[in-house]
Amino acid sequence: MIHSLFIINNTGDVFMEKHWKSVILKPICDYFFEAQTKAGNPEDIPPIIPTPHHYLINIYRNQLYYVAVVTTEVPPLFVIEFLHRIVDIFEDYFQGCSESILKEYYVIVYELLDEMLDNGFPLAVESNILKELIKPPNFLRTIADTITGKATGVGATLPTGQLSSIPWRRTGVKYTNNEAYFDVIEEVDAIIDKSGSTVIAEIQGYIDCLVKLSGMPDLTLTFMNPRLLDDVSFHPCIRFKRWETEKILSFVPPDGNFRLLSYHIGTNNMVAIPVVLRHNIFYREGTAGRFDVTISQKTTMGKTVEHLVLECPFPKSVLNVTLTPNQGKYTFDPVTKVMTWEVGRLESTRSPNIKGTINLQTGSPVPESNPTLSLQFTISSLAISGLKVNRLDMYGEKYKPFKGVKYVTKAGKFQVRT
Amino acid sequence: MGDAKYFTTTKKGEIFELKADLNSDKKEKKKEAVKTVIASMTVGKDVSALFPDVVNCMQTDNLELKKLVYLYLMNYAKSQPDMAIMAVNTFVKDCEDSNPLIRALAVRTMGCIRVDKITEYLCEPLRKCLKDEDPYVRKTAAVCVAKLHDINAQLVEDQGFLDLLRDLLSDSNPMVVANAVAAISEIMDASPNAAQVLEMNSGTINKLLTALNECTKWGQVFILDSISNYTPKDDKEAQSICERVTPRLAHANAAVVLSAVKVVMKLMEMLDTSGEYVTSLVKKLAPPLVTLLSAEPEIQYVALRNINLIVQKRSDILKNEMKVFFVKYNDPIYVKLEKLDIMIRLTSQANIAQVLAELKEYATEVDVDFVRKSVRAIGRCAIKVEPAAERCVSTLLDLIQTKVNYVVQEAIVVIKDIFRKYPNKYESIIATLCENLDTLDEPEARASMIWIIGEYAERIDNADELLESFLEGFQDENTQVQLQLLTAIVKLFLKRPTDTQELVQQVLSLSTQDSDNPDLRDRGYIYWRLLSTDPAAAKEVVLAEKPLISEETDLIEPTLLDELICHISSLASVYHKPPNAFVEGRGGLRKVLPPKSELGEGVVDSLGSPTEPTAQPPQSTVIPGADSLIGDLLDIDLGGPGPSMMQQQMYPGQSQGSAQGGGGSQGLDIFGEGLDNLLGGGPSGADMLGGLGDIFGMPQTQSYVPPQEVWLPAAKGKGLEITGTFARKNNTIHMELTFTNKAMQPMSGFAIQFNKNSFGLMPASVMNIRSPLPPNQGASTSLPLNTQGPVMKMEPLTTLQVAVKNNIDVFYLSTQVPLHVLFTEDGEMDKKVFLATWKDIPSQNEVQYTINNVQHNADTVSQKLRNNNIFTIAKRNVEGQDMLYQSLKLTNGIWVLAELKIQPSNPSFVLSIKARATDVYEAVKQVFENILHN
Repeated sequence: MIHSLFIINNTGDVFMEKHWKSVILKPICDYFFEAQTKAGNPEDIPPIIPTPHHYLINIYRNQLYYVAVVTTEVPPLFVIEFLHRIVDIFEDYFQGCSESILKEYYVIVYELLDEMLDNGFPLAVESNILKELIKPPNFLRTIADTITGKATGVGATLPTGQLSSIPWRRTGVKYTNNEAYFDVIEEVDAIIDKSGSTVIAEIQGYIDCLVKLSGMPDLTLTFMNPRLLDDVSFHPCIRFKRWETEKILSFVPPDGNFRLLSYHIGTNNMVAIPVVLRHNIFYREGTAGRFDVTISQKTTMGKTVEHLVLECPFPKSVLNVTLTPNQGKYTFDPVTKVMTWEVGRLESTRSPNIKGTINLQTGSPVPESNPTLSLQFTISSLAISGLKVNRLDMYGEKYKPFKGVKYVTKAGKFQVRT
Repeated sequence: MGDAKYFTTTKKGEIFELKADLNSDKKEKKKEAVKTVIASMTVGKDVSALFPDVVNCMQTDNLELKKLVYLYLMNYAKSQPDMAIMAVNTFVKDCEDSNPLIRALAVRTMGCIRVDKITEYLCEPLRKCLKDEDPYVRKTAAVCVAKLHDINAQLVEDQGFLDLLRDLLSDSNPMVVANAVAAISEIMDASPNAAQVLEMNSGTINKLLTALNECTKWGQVFILDSISNYTPKDDKEAQSICERVTPRLAHANAAVVLSAVKVVMKLMEMLDTSGEYVTSLVKKLAPPLVTLLSAEPEIQYVALRNINLIVQKRSDILKNEMKVFFVKYNDPIYVKLEKLDIMIRLTSQANIAQVLAELKEYATEVDVDFVRKSVRAIGRCAIKVEPAAERCVSTLLDLIQTKVNYVVQEAIVVIKDIFRKYPNKYESIIATLCENLDTLDEPEARASMIWIIGEYAERIDNADELLESFLEGFQDENTQVQLQLLTAIVKLFLKRPTDTQELVQQVLSLSTQDSDNPDLRDRGYIYWRLLSTDPAAAKEVVLAEKPLISEETDLIEPTLLDELICHISSLASVYHKPPNAFVEGRGGLRKVLPPKSELGEGVVDSLGSPTEPTAQPPQSTVIPGADSLIGDLLDIDLGGPGPSMMQQQMYPGQSQGSAQGGGGSQGLDIFGEGLDNLLGGGPSGADMLGGLGDIFGMPQTQSYVPPQEVWLPAAKGKGLEITGTFARKNNTIHMELTFTNKAMQPMSGFAIQFNKNSFGLMPASVMNIRSPLPPNQGASTSLPLNTQGPVMKMEPLTTLQVAVKNNIDVFYLSTQVPLHVLFTEDGEMDKKVFLATWKDIPSQNEVQYTINNVQHNADTVSQKLRNNNIFTIAKRNVEGQDMLYQSLKLTNGIWVLAELKIQPSNPSFVLSIKARATDVYEAVKQVFENILHN
């Protein structure tokens, strides 16, 4: 399975390595650096790099490359998912995952990696079990460590939770306030073409939960319109049979934050587009080109569009832009050539507009094509697919929990071609 | 301040202080000291000097301390094997602790200590733990078997651990089952022997399916992959497995989803395609695949590579999902290119309008690679969807109007393909193409344009002028362009002989007299002879009707596709190559899809016939009819599938090591000469002789056997003199021994034993020698050897230490094994593999030697070497020198490549050796010297 892991920073420093079998020497990373040089952009490095004897499977997160080395025919997705898991655990433990943080908690990182895999096979990967094994750092401990100069988080306990048949939940959970919150989050991915018609629109939905319930609660969640969910990915805690037969989500939840399910509403359904753009962009040689974009509201079911941001990546040949927005403010990054317009709230009464001139670098040719604009926004209290939770019931415990459901719609990859 | 300080500070005397603390009586102090040691270790400081002191702390009731010491042991045991033995007792004791978690911890840690001596002690505790009452211990022990197998496979097989592991498949706890499956699949990968012991049957599969629902996502991946290797006995069983696997398609983990897709795709083969159940399965497969595309880009990439296979096998699954493959402008480039490829595969008349609009959009993007591929995609659409061809062509013309240099060039390349698919349909656009003649600077685009001009010479009034303008810089053109230009002008001449005579003479002389490129020269001569002897025949050949190119030029060959479907979700599915083509040490077994079951009958063997380990490159499906082959050969050479196809067609059965290689394809040029072979009508003279020699039964020369040497003089052997040598006979290594008794009494009770050595040599049978051996007499024996013994690297590499015992004493002697007895019979590398390997090995690994005073010519040399399993892969003649390219393989799988340069009349040969393991060079050179001087 996973033979070794290297964590590499942006300057090409291999600052952490962990081997679960025999040691593979660092020079193996040269193949990775070669691919890195070839790709130019960190995001463009191919996820799987073959070398004569090994395969390097890598992900890029928070300016760090996590490079796993495998020697046999393994499912690459397994490795990629596991690398994501490692990053998630780090973030969970240290509230961040930058190079300086990982160096700060170097010993804990090492111990975590040691517990997460055995012989390259996943061992303890659930955060609740790991936290029993290795205590997360906290303020007090950090101070104590500084005074004594010692730092290891190896706990004196062993993972009792691993013996349970519900590995995602630790036993003996106790809260004074029992509460369960459900966030239904929908992201609209869309490509809108020049003329304003929709090329593709789909919804990526999630139900993220914060559950703080004592004991072993058994929950059921029902929807008003479960028909919408025909493409779902479940957390392992959900009993699939009941969903298949009754369209009810029945589960013993993990403790704390987790993603209950994600769903996809595809291109074959009608997806409402909340905002519409009118634009007029062109370049002119010698003199200034023109940029004029108006945003207006389309289908929002009576809710307000907030945190509206428009991003426009200009080609390298653009020197700068001089624009005047009638709402919000804009910035232009002269290095990346990205113009960002923070619009704010979108009132139904008036349509925000930004216009002005685009100046090309002298002597540069006129760009071939117009930029693709991307939009970000959020709409509170609305799931744009129309998904609605009907009720939440709890069995197995006696207390009355506090329950809450929240809806929000966001722009995912929302792109407008001009 | 946290651990960052460990990166900088280095206190002097730290180790000394720690040592004192570790041996302290105070428990607290001890614990703190161990913590500091671990902290230093994790940041890479060497604290191995403290090994005995830390190990002393192991016997403790304090769990935290114990875990820390275990951590330390895993890291340093390897460097201090003798000391590690000290820890064994504690491990054994801990394996019997009353707390299951301590038992598990002990067995887990013990397996991580990769020290041979420890593994022996591990067996008993491990056996107990595999049958432990606690599932957590059993689950940990299962993984430990895999660890142990990695360190010492023989031990695991001898001790019957494989059977114990198989028993765990029926365990009541799903986590134990999952880990057992994981361990089994790792062991099966490493050792084919184990595969037989661990074969699945319907009973175990049933248990796996039960465990599937309850284990973790990681366990589910192992179990699903293992199920995918099983072939059900009939369609009913296949359907029932499908039913139990499909819920996994709705899992949040991408790896689980893709593994489930693999099982379903494979089993669907066995079901009735038109049946209702298959239709419902097909419906169920699309959503999870689409969902994978909204995950992180790395996951998308793997998913897309797999989808590419799936749509080739069953295009119906995703036929309605075209839109999800539309490219977002901020997708990483590797995702964009894959999406584009799949879009083309899904293109049909129903969605062509949408696809074309998208492709046109992409063709104006910034990224050059992506733009090129988009333009190419438009061409592929035209070829694939005939009714849309006209729209595609006009889209391409629009793009040409943009005058963006690389867009224009790419467009011209694809228009050439469109002309080949729809001849005489779109010539009206030729005029537009000709306008852009001056801007073409890439060889492929130039060659394509020239091909178009030549093909339609009769309709282009100024074809002669256009071609003449290209001819001016003929010498500086790329070979591809030169070849094309030559052909185009000959075509022009055949079509308009009156005014182009001068032009054709010019091009013929340029390509035959002024060029040193053999392909060009040969083609020039062929045309020249054709034109001068029989112009009518020339016309028939050169202007022969060409086969139409097929719809999809890049489909994966069906048998390979079927094999890859069995490997969905694995690395093979990402590379689109079978695993044995790139995973080392992978057995030759190839997975095949199960055949459709007929009314529930027929048991199918899941593992098909063994195949050769060589990679099968995806073959292009440009299929020329046999009669048009010549026309094709002379005509189409525009890179891409052309040359490779030509090669496959023209040089079948070339594996006899004959000296000539492929045609003009760039990759293979070191084998030179190309078309000479065609004209010569057979192997060259030298090779013929070699072949005839064989036929006429020239004595089959034995492999080289060095003369016997005295290994043990009588003076040292208390009267026993041993002389010996090594030989390779009938594919086995033999040690030829002569014992002479120079003492006064008879000798008896002979026995022989080898020390560990570099190649694992050991006697394959008991030494059979005359005993008792009377005084003043000698006896000879030939002792067969095998290479399955323990391996230890010796210095020099070929050293073999031997102990010989008789009734008097034990004698030790040391000898050198001539390396060539270790060369195996299967050391003949495929030419392409040879070339790739030669390039792949860094040039600093190449070493040159000179071998003086050799009295043989190239053919005798290669025959002599061949007798010793050094195979000549190719031979070529460069400026009067003979170059021999050779390969050999050692018993332990190391390949060595060699190049031998022989100048006639110079008895000094130059030998260049390349191998991944440079240690063998000296010995290989010695072998060459011995054989060539023999």
